[in-house]
Amino acid sequence: MTEFLQQLVNGLSLGAIYALIALGYTMVYGVLRFINFAHSEVFMVGAMIAWKLGQYLPNGTLWGGLVVLAAAMAGCAVLGVTIERLVYRPLRGTATLNVLITAIGVSLLLQSVFQHPRVFGATPQLFPAVFPSKNFTFGGLAISSNQLVVITVAALLIVVLQLVIFRTRMGRAMRAVALNPSAAQLVGVNLNAVISFTFALGSALAGAGGVLYALNYPSVEPLMGVMPGLKAFVAAVLGGIGSIPGAALGGLILGTIETLVGGSATLSTYKDAIAFAVLIFILLCRPTGLLGRAATEKV
Amino acid sequence: MESKIQNPPAKIPVAHFALLAALLVAGGIAFFSSHIDPYHLDVLTNIGINVILAVSLNLVNGHTGQFSLGHAGFMSVGAYLSAAVTLHFAPKILGGDDGTVFQTGALFLTALLAGGLAAALAGLLVGLPSLRLKGDYLAIVTLGFGQIIVVVFQNIEALGGALGLNGIPNYTSVFWVLAFAAVTVFTVGCLVRSTYGRGFLAVRDDEVSAAAIGLDTTRYKIVAFVIGAFFAGIAGGLYAHFRLTITPGGFDFSKSIEIVVMVILGGMGNTLGVILAAVLLTLLPEVLRPVAEYRMIIYSFLLIVLMLVRPQGLFNFKSGKGKI
Repeated sequence: MTEFLQQLVNGLSLGAIYALIALGYTMVYGVLRFINFAHSEVFMVGAMIAWKLGQYLPNGTLWGGLVVLAAAMAGCAVLGVTIERLVYRPLRGTATLNVLITAIGVSLLLQSVFQHPRVFGATPQLFPAVFPSKNFTFGGLAISSNQLVVITVAALLIVVLQLVIFRTRMGRAMRAVALNPSAAQLVGVNLNAVISFTFALGSALAGAGGVLYALNYPSVEPLMGVMPGLKAFVAAVLGGIGSIPGAALGGLILGTIETLVGGSATLSTYKDAIAFAVLIFILLCRPTGLLGRAATEKV
Repeated sequence: MESKIQNPPAKIPVAHFALLAALLVAGGIAFFSSHIDPYHLDVLTNIGINVILAVSLNLVNGHTGQFSLGHAGFMSVGAYLSAAVTLHFAPKILGGDDGTVFQTGALFLTALLAGGLAAALAGLLVGLPSLRLKGDYLAIVTLGFGQIIVVVFQNIEALGGALGLNGIPNYTSVFWVLAFAAVTVFTVGCLVRSTYGRGFLAVRDDEVSAAAIGLDTTRYKIVAFVIGAFFAGIAGGLYAHFRLTITPGGFDFSKSIEIVVMVILGGMGNTLGVILAAVLLTLLPEVLRPVAEYRMIIYSFLLIVLMLVRPQGLFNFKSGKGKI
């Protein structure tokens, strides 16, 4: 039982990271209807910024950790908006597939730029412990302060996101664009501003996810975003792509299942497959995901 | 129209001549292969394999409009099964020596076909449930199946696990690759031009209308998927007997993406364009070899620029704007 609860805690902290990344996928899909494959590289860049900055700041302090986190989020927001402005905006209105391939191109570009020895190189580097680290035990349950940081920060960010989307003018505009872009424009919503804002918000969350992920698996490398990005995307689809509570739920479910499977002796080598197996199973039963709404196809 | 009715002796279609010519060229290159630089032969082999992969995926993505991101998974099934066949039967049939050209040829052909059929079966198993989904959801489910296939291969100890299979006999020659590339292009080309094949295009252009005029759209999608998977399996077999070592990691998501990029860059559904794109994208890394450090940076940068400048595909000169 303790073993199970332990795995559950580990799963929750992994799931919280997946949820943070999944939110970016789902928000971009909500307003633009395309899968932003470069999102996993934004996640990687977030971790890289934190890695670089962590070398100059005193490690193991709360304020240092928060500064690193804020810097990574700000850097990623700028990166996300820049990518949208330079690459996705000129392609708006063309076929989804083209945008998808371009997104893959951006993702490859960021990976290969960071793989270049002058920028970072291909070898993984140790991630500094920017937050204070301590281990707590609650009746046999071991919880590291890193896990607490991950869960707290993720929960906080998700609440803030929910407030932004449902309590602010910009949030209302985002929801309007997600519902119907042309009608939203007709009532005076500035489409470009909303899309830029969405990218900024989603990328900042991915950046936070990157820092938290690197904190838990203390190393960074240019390809670190690929697998978590893919899994987070699966989480977004699992919860119903375009649905924000769905992305959070999908991330938590996926993280928990994956950790539980990874912890079992017989199935642990299938850990990477299980995310996709769950996804396929859910999509076949509920083709729009857990919390997704079925769109009626108009002919 | 009328002249055709008045001339009952059916003319042999151009496509058949093209196939014959391509096979002759393949034979010709193979005949003189001892005079060609081995490096060029390797590049040519790579081009052939990529042409098979791209043209077969084009049947699914381009002609039938079903976005699949798991083509490398089917390739891996073909690669593993055909390699297992040759590794298992070659010592038994050929004995200690290498066997005659005919014996190895027959064995290799059997292995390739077995690999292709296994991949087709995998395509059927994957396609039956997932082709109910559309668009992005279909893409992500095929991606998921592709990843699952990789993980399953990583866990089969008999097939080498994560380390892969080693010591596969070197049976792939330029002739085999070019011949199969010609057969693939011919089959896919004839298929989409046939009466039956118009159904693929109908499903792509407007699924609802296609269903309304009585086409079994799911069936068309599955047929396209299975045929595409079959040729991907063949390409996998050729790849395995060319590289002599295969690992599950070599058939992951990024390999699938590579094939999709060829199809989209060539212009979806445009066979000639897709072939040219496959050739170009195989040559590009070779050309960039002197600047190896910057190779991937240039490659991805070109990809973005090409998509921005020519969204309809690099070699698509018919339609003005990219559709689908």
